[in-house]
Amino acid sequence: MKMIPMRFAVPLLLFAMLVVFLGIGLNRDPRLVPSPLIGKPAPQFSLGTLATPETLLKREDLLGRPYLLNVWASWCAQCREEHPLLLDLARAGQVMLVGLNYHDELAAGRQWLAERGDPYRLTLFDPEGKLGLDLGVYGVPETFLIDGQGVIRYKHIGPLSNDVLTRQLLPLIASLERAPR
Amino acid sequence: MIPELGHFALAIALAISVLQAIVPLVGAQRGNVLWMSLARPAARAQLVFIALAFAALTHAFITNDFSVAYVAANSNSALPLAFRISALWGAHEGSLLLWVLLLAAWSCAVSFASRGLPLAFVARVLAVMAIVSVGFLLFMLVTSNPFLRELPPPADGADLNPLLQDFGLVIHPPMLYTGYVGFSVAFSFAIAGLIGGHLDSAWARWARPWTMLAWCFLTLGIALGSWWAYYELGWGGWWFWDPVENASFMPWLLGTALIHSLAATEKRDVFKSWTVLLAIGAFGLSLLGTFLVRSGVLTSVHAFASDPARGVFILAFLVLIIGGALMLYAWRGASMGVSASYATTSRETFLLANSVLLTVACGTVLLGTLYPLVLDALNMGKISVGPPYFNNVFVPVMTPLVILLGLGQHARWKQDRFATLCRELRMPLLGTVLLLGAAVATMSDARSPRAIFGLALAAWVVSTSIGGVVQRCRQRSSPWRAFLSMPAAYLGQHLAHLGFAVTIVGVTLVSLNTVDLHTRMAPGEHSELAGYDFHFVAAVPLKGPNYAGTEAQFEVTRKDGTAIRLSAEKRNYHVRGMPMTEAGIDPGLTRDIYISLGEPLDDKAWSVRLSVKPFVRWLWLGAMLMAAGGITAMFDGRFRRVAARPVERSVSADSVAP
Repeated sequence: MKMIPMRFAVPLLLFAMLVVFLGIGLNRDPRLVPSPLIGKPAPQFSLGTLATPETLLKREDLLGRPYLLNVWASWCAQCREEHPLLLDLARAGQVMLVGLNYHDELAAGRQWLAERGDPYRLTLFDPEGKLGLDLGVYGVPETFLIDGQGVIRYKHIGPLSNDVLTRQLLPLIASLERAPR
Repeated sequence: MIPELGHFALAIALAISVLQAIVPLVGAQRGNVLWMSLARPAARAQLVFIALAFAALTHAFITNDFSVAYVAANSNSALPLAFRISALWGAHEGSLLLWVLLLAAWSCAVSFASRGLPLAFVARVLAVMAIVSVGFLLFMLVTSNPFLRELPPPADGADLNPLLQDFGLVIHPPMLYTGYVGFSVAFSFAIAGLIGGHLDSAWARWARPWTMLAWCFLTLGIALGSWWAYYELGWGGWWFWDPVENASFMPWLLGTALIHSLAATEKRDVFKSWTVLLAIGAFGLSLLGTFLVRSGVLTSVHAFASDPARGVFILAFLVLIIGGALMLYAWRGASMGVSASYATTSRETFLLANSVLLTVACGTVLLGTLYPLVLDALNMGKISVGPPYFNNVFVPVMTPLVILLGLGQHARWKQDRFATLCRELRMPLLGTVLLLGAAVATMSDARSPRAIFGLALAAWVVSTSIGGVVQRCRQRSSPWRAFLSMPAAYLGQHLAHLGFAVTIVGVTLVSLNTVDLHTRMAPGEHSELAGYDFHFVAAVPLKGPNYAGTEAQFEVTRKDGTAIRLSAEKRNYHVRGMPMTEAGIDPGLTRDIYISLGEPLDDKAWSVRLSVKPFVRWLWLGAMLMAAGGITAMFDGRFRRVAARPVERSVSADSVAP
């Protein structure tokens, strides 16, 4: 049997590599990756907000009460899906919401909020994705629960659902509120 | 009772497809005519039974049979009839049923339109299509059965996702799927060719019209999806580089490369192994798209309920079909024979370069789509890839593609002289400058460097197309007669390229020159944008069959005093409690006026978004022209005339008489 030229096997090898990655990907639910950051202090940052990009906020400025850090962007289609839920959550007032506008433009981000309503107490503006990188943001939207001492308690990837909110996040928030400061 | 019959019909279809996958294939290897001739009736019977199952599920939707879990989850008694029917493909199980129905329809079409082909070849093609069908039918019956009952039935259904209650979404999935599934024909032709070992230009001639038809459907399907997103999602975007959009765009890019490569294989007997690889790739990406959407490895707006068992099944299926095809390619690819030779300056070179560029473009989209997944798998961190990546990598790949497209339209097959080519391109180059000059002179907003760049590319495509036609006709003894008797394939080529240019104009101008105003408006107030006066006349309550909402009536007046009335709606669908935006759009050839209603603010005011979007229609107009070009080319008489010829050739190649 004559030798088969290798170049005809190249597509097969590439495909095999792809399958390996897809196979690994299957075992990792992108919405449920346990973050190594859980139980660790939230990373340091120094960012402006959408309202006042020049005034820099630091990690310490947000300490004291637990808050939900919601990562979003105007180009993110799923954020639209999640948004009504966040508005409801803000109206109910059980927890403070802080936005993290990720890899976005100032005008686009502002317009997005003006158009759909703004559930956030404030929105950190992170055009280069620095804080996003430190937080290990996988895909937008993502939501982190950070307690009064600045420790990450919970992470959700993908749009929040009513289910996740009522079964996991709200009970956790309630227990954090009860805990002695 | 009827849903059970549908379930049973699916099981029978599975049995038939298993037969169709095995018997004709073995028959073709052994030269058993009887076994081979089973393929055609089996393909038709399979269609009958899948159509029965489809009809049974449609019946359950029409009669509001909420004891069927799938119906209960996706329909509601208040849903209008047209949407009750289209709700069938509104979620995972039903869209799979639509997929297998279309696959069976394509197989059946091949069984009827293949009289001129050698029997062994038809048997192999239909067997390969049946293997695909077996996979999907098994997948449905094992993991995603749409006929499962839920007893006792709920009083009413959970309603169709309001986003999908729209005419665009009634026809978008069938179009897109017809395109996806249509590539299975080219794929099966390629595999049959690899197995049978004869891949000559006749093979390419058979595969061309099928591939073109699939490509046309895919083109229209993608355009429809983009149009739907534009008017239904309420923020006026037309492409988001969402994983599911990418999943439909990747097969389109490879499919485009495939139809061009097939043309070269047919006319000049070149690139045979490359064409086969593209055929495998185009269908492989259609399957990969299905995997990405259904398995939940990537999150997306279109995400259906994801289920790991489904992911494992589709991955295994993907490995079997595409892995098997590529293994066959690795083994037999080298035996496909030597290509005809061609010089560096020749149409072949430009076509090859362009199909490579399209493949690269497809690769960048694939990379962007899978990058988060790959990095995560390698534990190298987690990132997200958004439109900035795609926009940055896509334009640099498309630019040389457009330039080469122009060159390729003029270069001769086999060999051309560089000097001659340059001389012939003087007129198109002049045409490009004139067209561009005219555009810049008449449109004040086409003067930024980026707009000029995009328009220059479009003008280049147009003028080389026209130049190509002129050049061809002038070489004939009577140019007018040559013009009027242009072959359909040639006419289609230029139509499609003109369509491409039209789309480039649309993409360029709408991306660069859209003006938006986001503002707070109460009834009676005015706003001005881009020379238009927007008057918010009134906000009226609105009541639909399964929703209630508000209709905001606007009067838009131009400087010259002509006025149009537009109304934008905000709807709240009762069952799912989802707010939906229906934008008010005044479509126009050179601009759209777009009004969408945001959140209600205090004291009767609304947050309102006003946009003027120049040339946005050209995006979809171009896609329609491309599809029209493909359809025109398909009707070239050459594809039918030739049908009788390959039969005697194949006798010697396959030693089997039909």
